[in-house]
Amino acid sequence: MSEPTVATPRRRRSQPSRGRLGVVGVIGEILITVGVIVLLYVVWQLWIGDAIVGAQRQAEAQEISRQWATGEEDSASAATPAPGAGSGTASPEPVVPAAVGETEVFATLHIPRFGDDWVFPVAEGISKSGVLDPIGVGHYPGTAMPGALGNVALAAHRYTHGAPFENVPSLRIGDAIVLETPDGWYTYRFRNLEYVRPDEVSVLEPVPQRPGVAADGRYLTLTTCSPMWSTAERIAAYAVFESFTPRADGAPDSLASAEGA
Amino acid sequence: MYAALWRMLPGPWWVRVVILIVLAAAVVYALFFHVFPWVSGIIAPDDVTVR
Repeated sequence: MSEPTVATPRRRRSQPSRGRLGVVGVIGEILITVGVIVLLYVVWQLWIGDAIVGAQRQAEAQEISRQWATGEEDSASAATPAPGAGSGTASPEPVVPAAVGETEVFATLHIPRFGDDWVFPVAEGISKSGVLDPIGVGHYPGTAMPGALGNVALAAHRYTHGAPFENVPSLRIGDAIVLETPDGWYTYRFRNLEYVRPDEVSVLEPVPQRPGVAADGRYLTLTTCSPMWSTAERIAAYAVFESFTPRADGAPDSLASAEGA
Repeated sequence: MYAALWRMLPGPWWVRVVILIVLAAAVVYALFFHVFPWVSGIIAPDDVTVR
């Protein structure tokens, strides 16, 4: 780069061209370096980054579940019984958690289809900077809380930031989608996927896609983007409530394999 | 640039190689855990909500 400018006779002829070559060489090295970094980025984006970030988020969620299991968090008292639910399920009447403030983590989401120990934190709100990027899964404000009549609507990234919902299209009918809170586990069963436009907020209705109809059951809707690497459309994945398992009863069968891991 | 870096490093060639490997690992770590997550939010925006 900075060859000494001592003009010895031996070097004199090649000196000027070496100087130019030096500059060109440095530029070339910089370009090669930038190219390698761009390739590294592509590799990271496609195969590595979400695994790294996802593992971090999942570790956080497991820590939250562990704290609830050992009773370190005394938020169970904040819960209130479901108001006049009156559905005919055989399971105990679900405890409905109280609404929480924006960005507050109030549940963890287990989807055994995505992996036995797959679990992500669920926080209130759907802002990218506050919830979806730093925490994981966001709960649409104003939609039902777990176990309540109506529709529990959740959103999460399909790529980047740990990509919690990357494999939503691989859900199969009957797959368990389980929300865990300090009070226990809410098991929902996957029913169907729908591909919608980004402005189709009717997927969030108390009865999904039925605006104006009062809640007649307990639903859960996951939304994420579609197709992969695009924001042109959204996927809505619908599930229906199956049962509530109080924490005292231990993890439900829908998670049996997950808890054994 | 890299030639100058090579000349600046101390020790015999194999010590320089070890130092370079450690440096490269540090750079890759910084990229993977700090730079790329930040870049990703800018160039691969993901809208996952309906509104």
